[in-house]
Amino acid sequence: MTHNIYIYIAIMAATSYAIRVLPLTLIRKQIKSKFLRSFLYYVPYVTLAVMTFPAIMDATQSPIAGLAALLVGIVAAWIGAGLFPVSILCCLVVFVLEFFLV
Amino acid sequence: MVSHKQAIKEGIRDGIPIALGYFAVSFSLGVAARNAGLSAFQGFLVSLLNNASAGEYAGFTVIAANAAYFEIFLMTLIANARYLLMSCSLSQKFSPDTPLIHRLLIGYDVTDELFGITIARPGFLDPFYSYGAFMVAIPGWSIGTALGVIAGNALPARIVSALSVALFGMFLAIIIPPSKQNKVVCAFVLISFACSFAAAKLPRISDLSGGTRTIILTVILAGLAAFFFPVEEEQEVRDDA
Repeated sequence: MTHNIYIYIAIMAATSYAIRVLPLTLIRKQIKSKFLRSFLYYVPYVTLAVMTFPAIMDATQSPIAGLAALLVGIVAAWIGAGLFPVSILCCLVVFVLEFFLV
Repeated sequence: MVSHKQAIKEGIRDGIPIALGYFAVSFSLGVAARNAGLSAFQGFLVSLLNNASAGEYAGFTVIAANAAYFEIFLMTLIANARYLLMSCSLSQKFSPDTPLIHRLLIGYDVTDELFGITIARPGFLDPFYSYGAFMVAIPGWSIGTALGVIAGNALPARIVSALSVALFGMFLAIIIPPSKQNKVVCAFVLISFACSFAAAKLPRISDLSGGTRTIILTVILAGLAAFFFPVEEEQEVRDDA
């Protein structure tokens, strides 16, 4: 049997939306539990860190360029650069380094 | 208190690097969509309605295999499960009296990147900040996918490679400043890097998808941090300020 692509798309869309919107609509109050509050406080930092490394080394043609972008990005963010400058800087590091590495 | 207009402006500003990164990623996603037999419009539709890289990619593999409808549900659920955690976390960023309509709209586009910039905002979220970011991020993502289906591998690999780290640069700009102020956050960022690296290399564990590894590590590490270093309410306020 051949499946309809639009039904596939509808199922994907409904699933993706439900996952995101249910917590936002069901959790209407500030959570009281200290453990849960702390857990949710740490979630973003842990999850973004986990997703950044080592994935940044797989995203680029040369893993070394990715690693260099990571280090430069950390230093730039540490000394106070904002979202856009850090992003652009990381891109430039990869763009320039890959002239030599690839 | 910034006005909604100002919030939209700031949202657009912070959304631009996201849109650039999205464009590169979704372009390559469009190539995968084409290989799975989708038209440019269908690829555009998938991206417009899902806003999820790993989830969409997983979906394309299911479509390519002409597998059962239940399978695409399950794949989407697993690949996107981390958004459930993010939305739980994000629910605490809403003022308790935020109207339902804003919750329904914000829930439409909770992604790694948009979640990241949203939690980096001080205090309760002004939904209009998110809408500003959506206005640039959503077209970047969905149009990028459509162009990927159409143009295939036309964009030079060097450009795609450079653009693909824009997203990671943003993540760093979000997690590093709090690490500077809070030793526990700093320690757990480093531990997260190390565990994530180990999980990507260890046999068996590395067979799990990236999304699944992210969920497991997040639950374990944030759980440990919360258990051993519970956050005082004043601390949350101070970090937000």
